Amino acid sequence: MESKNIRHGLLLACACSVLFSGCAQQRQPLYHWGNFQSVQYSHFKGDKGPEEGIIALEKVREEARANGRNVPPGLQAHLGMLYGLTGRTDLFEQNLLAEKQSFPESSVYLDFLLKKNQKQEVAR
Amino acid sequence: MKNTFLSLARTPLLVVILALLGGCATSHKAYDYTAFREARPASILVLPPVNESPDIKATHSMLAHATAPLAESGYYVFPVTLVDETFKHNGLTAPADIHEVAPAKLREIFGADAALYINVKQYGTSYKVIASETRVTAEARLVDLRTGNQLWHGAATASSAEGDNNSGGLAGMLIKAVVRQIIETIAEQGHVIAGQTSSRLLSAGMPNGILHGPRSPQYQKDGQALR
Repeated sequence: MESKNIRHGLLLACACSVLFSGCAQQRQPLYHWGNFQSVQYSHFKGDKGPEEGIIALEKVREEARANGRNVPPGLQAHLGMLYGLTGRTDLFEQNLLAEKQSFPESSVYLDFLLKKNQKQEVAR
Repeated sequence: MKNTFLSLARTPLLVVILALLGGCATSHKAYDYTAFREARPASILVLPPVNESPDIKATHSMLAHATAPLAESGYYVFPVTLVDETFKHNGLTAPADIHEVAPAKLREIFGADAALYINVKQYGTSYKVIASETRVTAEARLVDLRTGNQLWHGAATASSAEGDNNSGGLAGMLIKAVVRQIIETIAEQGHVIAGQTSSRLLSAGMPNGILHGPRSPQYQKDGQALR
């Protein structure tokens, strides 16, 4: 009788945990974010220069690569823009192309930016 | 006798289980997702939020928080900083003016399937004798840029006072209120709370929230359990 009670208890515990996990649906995030969001916010506020952002985002990308994770939408584009601000137009282009490759949804917009960049290059 | 006792002892457990189930499936007035489901947007252009609060930080704070919940819900989100620059280069600095740009024009430049229009209703810390609180409230509309149709709209709020227990008597509360307002302003509590508001407003799977996008394993599975 005692063991039957325990068995009942265990069954109920299992049922409860199944129910709980059904509610929570904990999944791994789709992307490795690092501090990308605070880098973006700092850029908006203008309280940090592009070099600091570049160092921070290269680190996030490195961490993602090391763990076989994807970087989030916009990270490589933002990184490219920061390189552009420091005059590294080659890395501007390289990172925008990387964003486009990771996320083909961005093609129209990034082609527009890349074309504009080339025009400015020619004008110089 | 013992059996009756046992079955009685289990009754509360049954009630607990039922309550848990009820917690999962809380009934909400069903949101009409017909247009959203048909449009199947894959990419979202988040426009700079219109700020209706007195705090000038609100627009950029909300904008910096908008990408993560939408991207984790399965959408491509256009790089908000570059998008902001593009508008500036075209002479559009005020979010209200940007919200007036024709959907077709946005589609032409960005190639986005949908645009998200956010209005920040409240942002910041208010001192209210008994409890100072930081609250961020925002509304959002998702519009299909291919047709101009609204696909979804929602609102959310978050507050620093959530789950606050008022202990320590009146004097204790007054001191706490003053101290907290100072701390909150310094530490940019608004930006922290804006993150909570944004994740409530823009995460798929929330009651009446947006649906999952194509990059999520949950894509087109929203609401299936309820059917």
